[in-house]
Amino acid sequence: MELVLFYIAATVCLVATSLVITRSVASHALIYLIVSLLSVAVIFFLLGAPFAAALEIVIYAGAIMVLFVFVVMMLNLGPRRGPEERARLAPRHWIGPGLLSFVLLLELAYILFGGTSTSSGVAVGPTEVGIALFGPYLIAVELASVLLLAALVGAYHLGRRYLRSRREEEQP
Amino acid sequence: MAWLWLVPLLPLTGFLILAATQGRLPERVVAVIGAGSVGLAALVTAVVTLDFLGSGSGAYSQTLWTWLSAGGFTPDFTLYLDGLSLVMMGVITGVGFLIHLYATGYMAGDPGYGRFFAYMNLFVFAMLMLVLGDDLLVLYLGWEGVGLCSYLLIGFFQTDPANGYAARKAFVVTRVGDTAMAIGLFLLFRELGTLEIQTLLERANTAWAGGDLTVTVAALLILGGAVGKSAQLPLQTWLPDAMAGPTPVSALIHAATMVTAGVYLIARLHDLYLLSPAAQTAVTLVGLATLFIAAFAALAQRDVKRILAYSTMSQIGYMFFALGVGAWSAAIFHLMTHAFFKALLFLAAGSLILAMHHEQDIFRMGGLRRRLPWPFWSMVIGSAALAALPLTSGYFSKDAILLTAFDAPGGPWLWAVAVLAAFVTALYSMRMILVVFFGDEREGAHDSEGWNMKLPLAVLAVLSIIGGWFGLSPPGDVLPDGGLHAEHGGWLPWVTSAFPLLGLALGYVLFEPSRNRVAGLMASPAADAVRRFWLAGWGFDWLYARLFEAPYNTIAHWNRRDAVDRLFDLTAAVVRGGNLVTAYLQNGRLRWYLANMAAGLAVVLLIVLGVS
Amino acid sequence: MTATVIPMEHVLALAATLFLIGLTGVLVRRNLLFLLLSLEIMMNACGLAFVAAGARWGAPDGQIMYMLVLALAAAEVAVGLGLLLQLERRLETLDVDRASELEG
Repeated sequence: MELVLFYIAATVCLVATSLVITRSVASHALIYLIVSLLSVAVIFFLLGAPFAAALEIVIYAGAIMVLFVFVVMMLNLGPRRGPEERARLAPRHWIGPGLLSFVLLLELAYILFGGTSTSSGVAVGPTEVGIALFGPYLIAVELASVLLLAALVGAYHLGRRYLRSRREEEQP
Repeated sequence: MAWLWLVPLLPLTGFLILAATQGRLPERVVAVIGAGSVGLAALVTAVVTLDFLGSGSGAYSQTLWTWLSAGGFTPDFTLYLDGLSLVMMGVITGVGFLIHLYATGYMAGDPGYGRFFAYMNLFVFAMLMLVLGDDLLVLYLGWEGVGLCSYLLIGFFQTDPANGYAARKAFVVTRVGDTAMAIGLFLLFRELGTLEIQTLLERANTAWAGGDLTVTVAALLILGGAVGKSAQLPLQTWLPDAMAGPTPVSALIHAATMVTAGVYLIARLHDLYLLSPAAQTAVTLVGLATLFIAAFAALAQRDVKRILAYSTMSQIGYMFFALGVGAWSAAIFHLMTHAFFKALLFLAAGSLILAMHHEQDIFRMGGLRRRLPWPFWSMVIGSAALAALPLTSGYFSKDAILLTAFDAPGGPWLWAVAVLAAFVTALYSMRMILVVFFGDEREGAHDSEGWNMKLPLAVLAVLSIIGGWFGLSPPGDVLPDGGLHAEHGGWLPWVTSAFPLLGLALGYVLFEPSRNRVAGLMASPAADAVRRFWLAGWGFDWLYARLFEAPYNTIAHWNRRDAVDRLFDLTAAVVRGGNLVTAYLQNGRLRWYLANMAAGLAVVLLIVLGVS
Repeated sequence: MTATVIPMEHVLALAATLFLIGLTGVLVRRNLLFLLLSLEIMMNACGLAFVAAGARWGAPDGQIMYMLVLALAAAEVAVGLGLLLQLERRLETLDVDRASELEG
């Protein structure tokens, strides 16, 4: 029974993701991407990784997508920019990348073909994850925090100039 | 005799000093160094000669060092003194010194004074290495060295491109001969395993005692080299043009020494020619053809130096002829006497040319015997020796050749042609004297010479007369005929001596300026055509231009865009093409790079899957 | 807690397909925003693969790797969007192809 849930969630995911890359209005694409992320969270739940599912929703859909929303608002990428975007999506542009992806798909399918592993059927809760994080993976945590610090500084720096020049433009 | 090594060293030192100072020394110092080095060498030669004769004339060799050692090939730098090299050494340093002395006056005022004497000293050094070397490799070193100096000195007046062409022509034509000789040396080394002359000759005598194609081929190749250097048929075209160089150069290089190198070479390797009668016959024929053709060519020339050039060609033909018929000692004897009188003639011609303000056409001269006594008497004596007037040095040497020729196989015919050429020799000598020094006097002659130009003329004149009285053959049993054969009874010596006299007489009759009977003979078009044919040296230049130069120029013209170079350009073009292609990959577009990465991933996966 | 037993290959096939969809999106779209969006799809797919692998063994390692991927994605989005703003300011366009000065 639960296996069916997996397939449903997978279908939703695939459909939503395909729609993401074919939309011409930015906000539409964002919404579809959030749907895709939600379906992946469901799959995580089914795999017995509730912590990962929660993180997916909270951080991925809740923070990263919000960043995108902020930028869309800042740059006024509304429906008016739609036709311009659609013009760039003529079918002939899809042939090359489509072909490339198809070839890779075949190769990956071949690699995966014939294996007979299954998931363990045991859920791994937050407790275990937490113990692992503070145990063997302590260094990874620290490094991740350093990475986030670097990103913080970088984003601040790149954004700050923009704001300042905007302020300079507004002042006479 | 242990001072032998000084003889080549002194001119070499002179060259090094003059080359290092590069014309910054005053003329007097250059003259002292240039002429003095050769003079000292002549002095040492004299000492060595006395020592040599006193010690029984046995061969003496002095090894200086081992030149190189490669596999089984270890030639030494050895100086070898025997009768033959002694005679050559004496001629080179003695006559060379006199010519150097003369040149100190002749070349005075020329901006290239230092350069001239540097080249002349280098030449003397190279020539001495040629004759003193005990190894064919050392001989070849000297051979190439004299070729180089000949080139440098012919083109000495380098501002006129014509001189450069003459120098280049000389170098290229002799190069043909040099290549033949090099191949001959390779052949000899491969067959006999050594290039040391005495060892080589011994081994040749044992290996090829019964006659062999190999020794004939080697001897002919060596003959090729000798022919080139000595301006014999078919490589003789360079010598008349080589007269573009200064007159002392013509005297030293193109009369007394370098052009006799071929004669020396064949005499030195006489065993090879004795082993191969075919090759020796070839030597005879080459000499005979040259002496005949050159004599007639000299008869038609207008430029006094070209007359002397063809005359030299003819006389060296006599030397080759002598070697071919087996008159080895006579050939060397004639080499020595020829050095005396030909140098005398050239130096006198030089004085004549200087006096006439660089005029060289004899028909623009005339009646100069009172104004220019020194050139006059020098040329008279020189011409007398050239024409083999009895009791001059030339008489003794030439007669020895002709008499020996009579006894050789096919003798009487050979003798007849050679005697006819002697007749013509006397004829053109008389013509030269009469046209230049008799008849109506030409204005403008200006005799001004120092002692340094008169003394060599005097000494050479004396030698031209008395040089033959001692019947010198190279001391010791160096050459196989063991001395000169001047013994012949009956009518032969009288007839042989008579022909040159007849030539002189006919010359007087034809060319005597007041009556000028030859003009009547030259009136008909046929006669004029013959004259022009002889003037052009029997048309060899014309022939070679069509036979060799034209095809070469055509091929060069086809290849003017240089096919081989283009092949290398192709490499560059391929690289440039590759650059264009790969640059296309770097178009600055992000998605293009990503696509390339994805495609690369696909390929790598394909390979990994394929391999596994 | 129990979880569903799901064939691993299917999950990985899903992850692969998502990844390739994202790749196609990256290669096709010229607007930088959509490009970053497609990049996010790809990273999400990688995370899915990691979690699936962890679930196969019943170990927390998969989820931890997923968290690191998440941190990475967050950092990348932050900086990427900053660059997007700079692109908009300097070239007045979001067309990535216009940001090319090489002659190629």
